[in-house]
Amino acid sequence: MPAAVELIDVAFSYPGHAPTLTGVRLVVREGEFLAVAGPNGGGKSTLLRLMLGLERPSSGAALLYGEPAHRASVRPRVGYLPQRARVGIGAPVTVHELVTAGRAAVERPFGPLSAAGRQRVEAAVEEVGLSSVARRPVAQLSGGQQQRAFLAKLLAADPRLIALDEPTTGVDVDAQERLAELLCELHSRHGVTILYVSHEFGAIEGHVQRLVLVRGGIVFDGPIGQLPQVWHDPSHHHGREGSHACPSS
Amino acid sequence: MKLAFAAGLVVGVVAPAVGFFLVERRMSLIGDGIGHTAFAGVALAQLLGLDPVLTALVVSVAGALVMELLHSRGGAVGDQALAFLLYTSMAAAVVLASAARAVNAGLFAYLFGSILTVEPGTVLKMSAAGALVLAVIAALYRRLLAVALDEEAARACGLPVLGLNLLVAVLAALTVALSMRTVGLLLVAALMVLPVLAAGRLARSVRSTLLIAMALGALSAVGGLSLSWVSDLAPGGTIVLVAAGLYLLSLGAGLVRRRVTV
Repeated sequence: MPAAVELIDVAFSYPGHAPTLTGVRLVVREGEFLAVAGPNGGGKSTLLRLMLGLERPSSGAALLYGEPAHRASVRPRVGYLPQRARVGIGAPVTVHELVTAGRAAVERPFGPLSAAGRQRVEAAVEEVGLSSVARRPVAQLSGGQQQRAFLAKLLAADPRLIALDEPTTGVDVDAQERLAELLCELHSRHGVTILYVSHEFGAIEGHVQRLVLVRGGIVFDGPIGQLPQVWHDPSHHHGREGSHACPSS
Repeated sequence: MKLAFAAGLVVGVVAPAVGFFLVERRMSLIGDGIGHTAFAGVALAQLLGLDPVLTALVVSVAGALVMELLHSRGGAVGDQALAFLLYTSMAAAVVLASAARAVNAGLFAYLFGSILTVEPGTVLKMSAAGALVLAVIAALYRRLLAVALDEEAARACGLPVLGLNLLVAVLAALTVALSMRTVGLLLVAALMVLPVLAAGRLARSVRSTLLIAMALGALSAVGGLSLSWVSDLAPGGTIVLVAAGLYLLSLGAGLVRRRVTV
């Protein structure tokens, strides 16, 4: 599989601060389900932002599908769900409007949504099970429904890569399990590359193929089951053994 | 008076359409900053003997671009860029106007509007500029909304966020320039903001927020002008007071609706 993301000897520091990350070497293959974990302030969100080209390395190179991440031509097919995603405006954005906004980068810049685009929006809303509330303002929905609405926004662009930063913060267990199912479906059936940043995996743990532990740099990179005991944290083991098999594709 | 109503309608419809994208980016006061910059432009025009509207347009576009760049690239956080622009342009306006010996009723006409003396040619130019602003918003609506909803996510998927924000700033400057003769430079920001705030209380979607805001802006302009005509009040101020009244009414309507829904 070609590399979806490649970080080559990357270091990064915010202006006036000590280095957040140093000596990072990482290759994420297309179609991988990668989890990024680590303590608060360890640099996991920064690592994700570097992978997406939202930050530029202080040294080294960040590549997205072989191109410099900040100007990669694949970016319209990259979906990013930031930490604590919420509707950032005061106007009552409906689920349909939010998901339609997800097509902004893949549609032509001017004019109305294409017929194919309209169909994709409807399908994305249906995929996350929100068709019955598609015309309701997102702010009126439960936390789990809001999270699914944001996921539908990403799906509407037919993404090749989805990056989620702490997506389960403030979401109940049922909603976490629903999210895990949706991501599993995307990964196994559609081959979407998934980058999942969290300090707590819960329902998603059984689906993750590879774990990267970040603490100022990458201190562990491998299958989640091979995580050395010294790095174990009780919060990483909420998953129920054998209960998270992906549906066969 | 017909010309005054036409000019008022143009501003009433266009100002909230642009203001929507400022309010939703938590930058409601940018219109105020741009209005002050345009005032410096008018003073500069008085000093150099240039066309006041055109000079105000150029200076306010430049000011809007500087503010956006300070905000996005210059490390100015929160409202620092706005504060810089507001105070600097006000000081420049005072200095330029006094140097031009132009602190007089003519200058006040730009500050507070003089809609009753507006000429057919001006209304025509305002209508053309207003149509251009609305056409740009309609054409780029999906992208502008995506950026307003979440700048980070928009940047991640490769949308030209800085370019779109600069475009909104330029549209705001254009709106300020075309509004100079109606509500005046000091009050134009109110028409960009108050109808949007009111619409947000009444609407059930972004699209309806935008349309209701434009309708409320038009209603404010027509209602304010009519009231000022009947009661012999200052038109610019009356238009804005009507917009403020509509906002207060929307607060009440919003509360009633919430109680009915609950």
